[in-house]
Amino acid sequence: MQDDEKVKGKGSELSRRTFLKASGISLSVPLVMGYRVIKVSGAEVKVYGPGKVPLNLSINGKSYNPQVEPRVTLLEALRNELDITGAKRVCDRGTCGACTMIVDGKAVYSCSMLAIDAQGKSITTVEGLMQGENLHPMQQAFIDNDAQQCGFCTPGFVVACKAFLDKNPNPTAEQIQKGLGGNTCRCGTYMGVRAAVAQAAQKGGRRNG
Amino acid sequence: MAEYKWPEADKRTFIGKRISRIDGAQKVSGRAKYSMDINRPGMLFGKIVRSPYAHARVKSIDTSAAEAMPGVKAIHIMAQPGTPTDELKWVGASIVALAAVDEPTAEDAARAIKVEYEILPHYVIDTDSKGAGEYARQPSENKVGDIEKGFSESEVTIEGNYGLPVITHCCLEPHGSVMEWEDDKSVLAHLSTQAISGSVSAIAVPLGIPATSVRVKQDHIGGGFGSKFGPDEWDITAARLSKKAGGKPVKMFNERDSELLVAGARPSAYAHVKIGLKKDGTLTAWDSQSWGSGGVRGAGAPPIPYIFNIPNQRRQHTPIANHIGEARAWRAPNHPQACALTMTALEDASAAIGMDPCDFFMKNIELTGQRAPIYSDELKIAADLIGWKKNWHARGDKTVGPIKRGLGLSIHTWGGQGHASDCDLNIQPDGSVELKMATQDLGTGTRTALNIIVADTLGLPMNAVKIMIGDSRYPPSGGSGGSTTIGGISAAARRGSQDALEQLFIKVAPSLEAKPEDLEAVGGTIRVKSNQAKSLTWAQACSKLGATPLTVRGRNFPNAPGNLTNQGVGGVQMADVSVDVETGIVRINKIVAVQDCGLIIDLKTAESQVYGALIMGVCWALYEEKIMDPKTGRMLNPNMEFYRLAGIADIGELVVHMMTGKGYDERGVIGLGEPPAVSPGAVISNAVANAIGVRVPYLPLTPDRVLAALEKKGGSNARI
Repeated sequence: MQDDEKVKGKGSELSRRTFLKASGISLSVPLVMGYRVIKVSGAEVKVYGPGKVPLNLSINGKSYNPQVEPRVTLLEALRNELDITGAKRVCDRGTCGACTMIVDGKAVYSCSMLAIDAQGKSITTVEGLMQGENLHPMQQAFIDNDAQQCGFCTPGFVVACKAFLDKNPNPTAEQIQKGLGGNTCRCGTYMGVRAAVAQAAQKGGRRNG
Repeated sequence: MAEYKWPEADKRTFIGKRISRIDGAQKVSGRAKYSMDINRPGMLFGKIVRSPYAHARVKSIDTSAAEAMPGVKAIHIMAQPGTPTDELKWVGASIVALAAVDEPTAEDAARAIKVEYEILPHYVIDTDSKGAGEYARQPSENKVGDIEKGFSESEVTIEGNYGLPVITHCCLEPHGSVMEWEDDKSVLAHLSTQAISGSVSAIAVPLGIPATSVRVKQDHIGGGFGSKFGPDEWDITAARLSKKAGGKPVKMFNERDSELLVAGARPSAYAHVKIGLKKDGTLTAWDSQSWGSGGVRGAGAPPIPYIFNIPNQRRQHTPIANHIGEARAWRAPNHPQACALTMTALEDASAAIGMDPCDFFMKNIELTGQRAPIYSDELKIAADLIGWKKNWHARGDKTVGPIKRGLGLSIHTWGGQGHASDCDLNIQPDGSVELKMATQDLGTGTRTALNIIVADTLGLPMNAVKIMIGDSRYPPSGGSGGSTTIGGISAAARRGSQDALEQLFIKVAPSLEAKPEDLEAVGGTIRVKSNQAKSLTWAQACSKLGATPLTVRGRNFPNAPGNLTNQGVGGVQMADVSVDVETGIVRINKIVAVQDCGLIIDLKTAESQVYGALIMGVCWALYEEKIMDPKTGRMLNPNMEFYRLAGIADIGELVVHMMTGKGYDERGVIGLGEPPAVSPGAVISNAVANAIGVRVPYLPLTPDRVLAALEKKGGSNARI
């Protein structure tokens, strides 16, 4: 899914598909900014690493410049380098949704996206849903409907719900259940989540967002 | 001394109402810091090299390549060759730990460590007690009455196999900690734990430092369910690595696969059951041979027959000690197993005589003992809520088409008496109030309950009270297990609040020209009961303390004065399911839970606990299983794709009915974490049997098991 996005979005980045074609690389141009540019199938492709490279990430409207190895995921870059710890690492392979962030308007599993691939994109985490000290209606709905117990899945769930409502402002009960199947809760808060999404939809959960 | 009691119903401001959890905003905003979120200056990342074999001996360990890596700061051998620690008894057993400057470096270093093994024979099967050979431990036997007489009195006997596999806790926040040495002999532990007070000594002893030099902190925990009672060996190891690295903090949390491999499993239980009964439903005899495994230590015998004390019983149990990883307590230890083995067999017995299981349970309700009236009431309520009379049919849905619908029921019990707990209640001269207690909020709403009790007792708004928990420097409180927390913390907070108020009244009474015992705290004031016009605001009243704050220790302990906490609850659940007999897929339509737990402090979080228990129950009834490969000894699904949990669309409609009011409230506060987590396996299995006409003997009720049961007509012939 993300591979295709990348191919469409930025022709110059190294997706898995172009990487596979790159076995006969002949030209390598060293450059500044932690990456090199090589020619692959006629296109210029950035190559990062090995070792730490400087990145620029736009997170919740602020610019950050962590230094991480290219293999570091977006989730780990935020949690380990930037101390932005709302998103959680749980399954660490794109199953449970605890790491959900909104990247360029789309809910993604940040455990399954490399930090280098998130450059130039607008990243929103659960921390970014707040407006000052005011909770987003989706967050308030989670509280009102007790859609959380231990709360470890909650940040990812809240973000997934927000992204879902952005695309489905007036969801049916069935759409809520299908649309939020990508987030797992162990304590068992799904009844509250269903009610929270319904409440936020009625109150305009996407109004502020 | 105050007479400790809960306020009468008409005097309760917050107790028993639906109150939103006070840390809700922290959690939904991502500001809540879990132990895994703790980042400290100079922090190192820990990794552990784990056993790929179910049973092996470590012959040698070569850490030289890892040591040579510049980012590696400490290495600690956990399985030392040539010592008793070198025997690895399950896949994932710890061998070497290391700490490095960042996570990628730590991963590289772990890969660079070379371990030589002597592979030993392993056994990971738990479904066959007869084939277990040396891995089967000595069976235990319990007898009640005269089993021969019981069967000779019976008119019908049924026999069947029942069981449920090992499942894992799969806490979303894995087990682990951030450990650091604050000086040569003081450790600060950010631990993910269900027992903050209890972890202090458990960290101090292996490290050889006084317990007074250990501080355990935890604001929030991402799930425990019985598996996080103390520091684990990897937490102690993290502290050792920190020491070797000059005290730098070391973050050590399980990877997801390790979490499922080594951080806890609920023991399996299987049984061959024979039941004798009369045609009118009277139970006369129970005979069972059961077995199960909880890893190398085997597994305890589930208390079967569960709840129904059948007059003549024989119970034999064979623990199997094998190499599947260690068992840990799981919500209501032994009860879900006992319930699943018993309530399914009883439902089969009722089907054998063509009796409605609801009538059958009522017929034998006196066998449940002192809680028979509670079960009777709850069965009626649950039956109404699920439409039992209208929707129940004899076994096997006879309607045309592949979708078969059925109803099932089950009952359960638990203790839930409050544990020992201390708190300090501080009232400052400016009127601000705080409560300190070294308890932990597992997501059950412990903070919120404390806030409710203090505010209600002192006549203050909720936000006028500060609740401080999650730090071992606060007064000690028991671990959160066995549904003991709410009773313990509530009783301590109520006593502390009542005592504090009594002392405050003594200071305030002269100003109001009244006797202390004639005062009351209501609506943010202290006033004279008989003349409410004579009053002081809370802040005015507290200013009478002078310069010194009032600090009162509130306590709960066994047989503490006042009937504030109690034990022993009964619950009833009923399920409505649909089964596609062509695909074997089970869908939950509705589950009803009717539950008592004495006096409820917060109805909102109490209901959430029950919803959660039902959802967790759907997980293990339909999906969860620690699948072991007999050949390699490995777990085949140590991840969240194939260790499946229910999603938001898998749970049907859930209905929770709490038994409150007269007859329940006056019992005092009783824990709720365990009881509703007991019945779901049985109730869903019974509903499936009612739908498709045959018993699917073993959980989880996966499509293959459902189809196999249909093909073989169920019972003991189906595969495990």
